[in-house]
Amino acid sequence: MIDSPSRLLRGWLRRQLPLDDFAWLEAQVERARGGSDRDLHIALGLAPRRLGKADLTLSDTDLADAAAARSGWDPRGWSVDQAARVLLLLAGGGDGHAFAARFRDLCRTADPAEAVAFYRGLPLYPAPELLEAQAGEGLRTNMRAVFEAVAHRSPFPRERFDQGRWNHMVLKALFVGSTLAPIQGLDEGANPELALILRDYAHERWAAGRPVSPELWRCLGPFAAELGLDDLRRVVAEGDAVERQAAALALAACPGAEAAALLATMPDLAAGIATGALTWDALTPDP
Amino acid sequence: MFIDPHTHMISRTTDDYEAMAAAGVVAVIEPAFWQGQPRTYVGTYADYLSAILGFERFRAGQFGIRHYCTIGLNSKEANNEELAEGVMEILPRFALKEGVVAIGEIGYDEQTALEDRYFRAQLELAKELGLPVMIHTPHRDKKRGTSRSMDVCEEHGMDPGKVVIDHNNEETVAETLQRGFWAAFSIYPSTKMGNQRMVEILRQYGGERIIVDSACDWGISDPLGVPKTARLALQSGIAEETVRRVCYGNALAAYGQSGQMREEDWLNPSAIDQRTLYEGNSILRGGREPRIDPPSGRLSMSDLLIE
Repeated sequence: MIDSPSRLLRGWLRRQLPLDDFAWLEAQVERARGGSDRDLHIALGLAPRRLGKADLTLSDTDLADAAAARSGWDPRGWSVDQAARVLLLLAGGGDGHAFAARFRDLCRTADPAEAVAFYRGLPLYPAPELLEAQAGEGLRTNMRAVFEAVAHRSPFPRERFDQGRWNHMVLKALFVGSTLAPIQGLDEGANPELALILRDYAHERWAAGRPVSPELWRCLGPFAAELGLDDLRRVVAEGDAVERQAAALALAACPGAEAAALLATMPDLAAGIATGALTWDALTPDP
Repeated sequence: MFIDPHTHMISRTTDDYEAMAAAGVVAVIEPAFWQGQPRTYVGTYADYLSAILGFERFRAGQFGIRHYCTIGLNSKEANNEELAEGVMEILPRFALKEGVVAIGEIGYDEQTALEDRYFRAQLELAKELGLPVMIHTPHRDKKRGTSRSMDVCEEHGMDPGKVVIDHNNEETVAETLQRGFWAAFSIYPSTKMGNQRMVEILRQYGGERIIVDSACDWGISDPLGVPKTARLALQSGIAEETVRRVCYGNALAAYGQSGQMREEDWLNPSAIDQRTLYEGNSILRGGREPRIDPPSGRLSMSDLLIE
């Protein structure tokens, strides 16, 4: 039997929290089901004080259960208070419009910890099409952890964002020193416009004497033939070991003879790609 | 290690954070106050509270400084009744957020009836939520205003051990201490306390229940008020134990009563806090290296005097 996300969250919290603390949470969840906004605000505010902020201890089985309950749901790195806050939001229920209005209202006055929790729960909320605008607001933050709560380890961006929003999310991730590997559907989401934007960004970095993240080439590789291979040629010629491996992976994803020829100038790396030893996951893992 | 329990960091630049961190400030408290230009909509007030709860905490964390705040309706804007009513309604929502160590800074500006009404209402709120209180004493008619603030606290049954009377001077300190309140002093050039004067107060009264802060804000003020005063006091022969109390321990004791501020926060931050807010001493945007050349002018510790 596949559990619902709420059931799983409750189970993990029951397992990890002391009895009294879990009892308090259960009472708040009950109250959230039919209660006032004020009760919900208080419960959300008190969650870290009452339950602490320890990381949720999740086994591989728990992670598999999560993915089964909601495809793409990745609760790694969630803390106890985050899990409790998402659970409270889900308990508040309401149809799509009521939930979306409450979600927007809560995000509007959320402190950073609350914001991270609310956005991490995006894969689990009802009527996701009504939450997309607020998720976009979350991406506009200056606080990296809040940005990553929307962008990382979540199926929501790939499922909901239009190409413009997706492209700017990927660019911003690089711009603020975040990573691309934890963005779900990164490879499927590659598109020519993004490749162009990233190509220009790489040029901007180089003009300023600054390094270019090896991850940038992942989104550029499939379209490198149209954009010209000079940039990858430069990385192959001048890059360090990691950058050259990234270039190799990008070239392997690039159609055409020219790319293949350039890849062939790095036989060890080409062989690693062929055997599956060298992959983006191996080079830039999501910790 | 120093704590500066009264800093309006929203009006300060990253130069100040860098200088504070270099001088040994580990934690700051940012009181909710007015911003120079009056707010006239509840919405802008709400967004300001979100800013001192959110982005300012994050910004401080980038320099290795833990940032806390107080939440409240200040005395100036209490005179705008429509605004005040709206703010009072939203305060409970903000007062329970993470890092809120007190209701404040509240009290009197000109001791009007409206100021009085909202001062009392917020004392009741502080009692209801079990939070300490930070009291702003007026800069004009200070002696009477400070006495009256303490009278009102006693009328409402406040525990003086949970109330910090800020912006004291030579004229107010004796009564504040005698009545059992915490006595904070703002080392702020020209208009408030100077630190040579502060040293004399320490000589006379010792360190019990005395707190030093900078109250640095959008005016000409000194974010190094606390470390400079500490060093000046030591140089002037004040006992190290006293200096440690007034520049660190007492602020922690007073505001730690909220349960939202503990020494472990900077000595041993939790894993989730490290990932969310507190990423050591590097500046985020563009991955700049932390500045290694010493700050100059007011931001340097070479000139200690603030007068």
